[in-house]
Amino acid sequence: MLLPALVFAFVSLVTLGAAIAVVTNKNILHSAYYLILTFVGVAAVYVMLQAPFIAVVQVLVYVGAIAILIIFAIMLTRRLMSKEMEQHNAQWVPSVVGALALFVVLAWIVYTAGWPVQEGTPPLDPISQLGQDLLTTYLVPFEIASVLLLAALVGAILIGHEKGMRREE
Amino acid sequence: MTIPLNWFLVLAAGLFCIGLFGVLSRRNAIGILMGIELMLNAVNINLVAFWRYLDPANLTGQVFAIFVFAVAAAEVAVGLALVIAIYRNRDTVVVEEIDLLKQ
Amino acid sequence: MADLINLIEDWIANLLLGWGASEELTLFLLQTLGSVLVIIICFVIVIALIWVERKLAGRIQDRFGPNRAGPFGIFQSFADMIKIFTKEYVTPEGAEKGAFNIAPVLAMASVLAIWAVFPFAVNVIGADIHVGVLYIVAVGAFGILAILMAGWSSNNRYALLGASRSVAMLISYEIPMVVSLLVPVLLAGSTKLSVIVEAQQPWWFLLSAPTAALIYLISSMAEIGKAPFDLLEAESELVAGYHTEYSGMKFGMFYVAEFLHQYTVGALVTIFFLGGWGGPLAVRWPILGVVYFYGKSFLIYLMISWIRLSLPRIRIDEMLNLNWKFLIPVSFINLVAVASVDRILLDLALPIWIDVGVLFAVNLLILLAALYLAGKSKPALERKEFPPRPVAVPPGTER
Repeated sequence: MLLPALVFAFVSLVTLGAAIAVVTNKNILHSAYYLILTFVGVAAVYVMLQAPFIAVVQVLVYVGAIAILIIFAIMLTRRLMSKEMEQHNAQWVPSVVGALALFVVLAWIVYTAGWPVQEGTPPLDPISQLGQDLLTTYLVPFEIASVLLLAALVGAILIGHEKGMRREE
Repeated sequence: MTIPLNWFLVLAAGLFCIGLFGVLSRRNAIGILMGIELMLNAVNINLVAFWRYLDPANLTGQVFAIFVFAVAAAEVAVGLALVIAIYRNRDTVVVEEIDLLKQ
Repeated sequence: MADLINLIEDWIANLLLGWGASEELTLFLLQTLGSVLVIIICFVIVIALIWVERKLAGRIQDRFGPNRAGPFGIFQSFADMIKIFTKEYVTPEGAEKGAFNIAPVLAMASVLAIWAVFPFAVNVIGADIHVGVLYIVAVGAFGILAILMAGWSSNNRYALLGASRSVAMLISYEIPMVVSLLVPVLLAGSTKLSVIVEAQQPWWFLLSAPTAALIYLISSMAEIGKAPFDLLEAESELVAGYHTEYSGMKFGMFYVAEFLHQYTVGALVTIFFLGGWGGPLAVRWPILGVVYFYGKSFLIYLMISWIRLSLPRIRIDEMLNLNWKFLIPVSFINLVAVASVDRILLDLALPIWIDVGVLFAVNLLILLAALYLAGKSKPALERKEFPPRPVAVPPGTER
């Protein structure tokens, strides 16, 4: 019991610490680096939950694509004086109070609701079963997700295009 | 299962609230997007934790988490394209300065 | 004597258990020993590879290559190592110290971490995880991040340009790499690397999926930044690209990571398409499996070097065109075609060599159709024909 608890404590400390660094750091690029650390921490949490596929997809999608995209966007929107700019707006005190209140409420709900915990073992080979589920039981959401991704792809290219090249029919 | 379910749920709740604080109080638009990503990650941890502890044989929780991945990626792509387009027009990414529709 | 590695492992395990260590501690120590051994072998291989590369480059370019430091220059790598160790670390002013120092470590770590899941022989594998293929792709993403961090934190315009261009290229070429990697996964029926290698044994996936192998090889060569895709470090254009500002051992880490990545790509092509540790007598004598694995990876490494030393660099817009307009459609069509044909053949239950032959034919058909269609498209820039003009004309007759 001790070793899993220690591992969980370490991973959650790293994740939450990096998350706090993301939202409080003055330099937005350093926030992006800490965001990557948060994603890796969350991937470690998935490994502890015995969901290796989700963990690897988390690293692949979030670190390998989304974090790189965020860093690119930061690079493209740099302004000269962004290092000294104040990073928090005027309502940050009510935000802290609100977030803490929400956390207290959520923690209270978590500890007082009786979750119907079952002992069970996850399937040994999740990928084949995931594939079958996605193509039989959850076919409609799967197709809708592909249409959503296509719409996002086309939309992002259109919105991000340079003005001079857009009306070039 | 030596770690109780509550620990994972509290971790996810903490991550969600930190992301919420980021969304509500950052001035940089990309900082707000990073807060949104933290909240989506917290939701995913919740989904996978509930899958593991409540019904591990049925992979519905993981399927839901995969859909959240897809939606998060799509949303980040479009959001960042919007931020870059706004930067090109207004030369700012501070959301307080983008207030043309305000009275 | 044939099962050498497992013999040694059992002997050490018995030794440790005899000294009173618990089961978990023994397992942990054995795994640590195994990882350290693999890493040491990787570094020793890189030392040899640096010499091979320079000798090969010399011979292909019609010169000798290093031949001063020892007979045939075999101590050249050691001379290079001593030089790199003793150089001073110069950190540019205004560089961000944290990211600047972590980037080479991250680049090296992301390449070494791939070696954890390789099957070296029938019963020798580091971590036989169920999502091995995805793990390899995910860890490669960390290398891309390291390049971005290196380019950005150097506080140098050329490094940043080099880093942005290289990251754009790397994330573009990940797509055909992953899609063509799905074809062996499809044919083997699992993402576990050991199952993929065992499914190839007598008919390698090179015969069942040559198009996928070709696309995977091209995309991997783009991923490691070797010519013709080497605008990551185009010496004539960008000084040295993203590692301009690095000196001493930090540059050494990037350098070693590059060679090791090339060898790792050779190992990956071996595992997915060339049968991994397969070969005559590899199942009865696992130590032969290890030899075959390293040997085949070395052959692919030589092939990549050969291509690198023979072709000029292509422009970034031509390279992105190649990726988005040729490799991605071809890899997707290939995946769909192989999936359909494989499903049909599964129902017919023919002998395996007919299956392999049909898949080979389908792949070749797709490749030839794609090349034909690509040849018919117009080039991006029109080439104008000029009549031949003499360089020097006699005085009095110039135009």
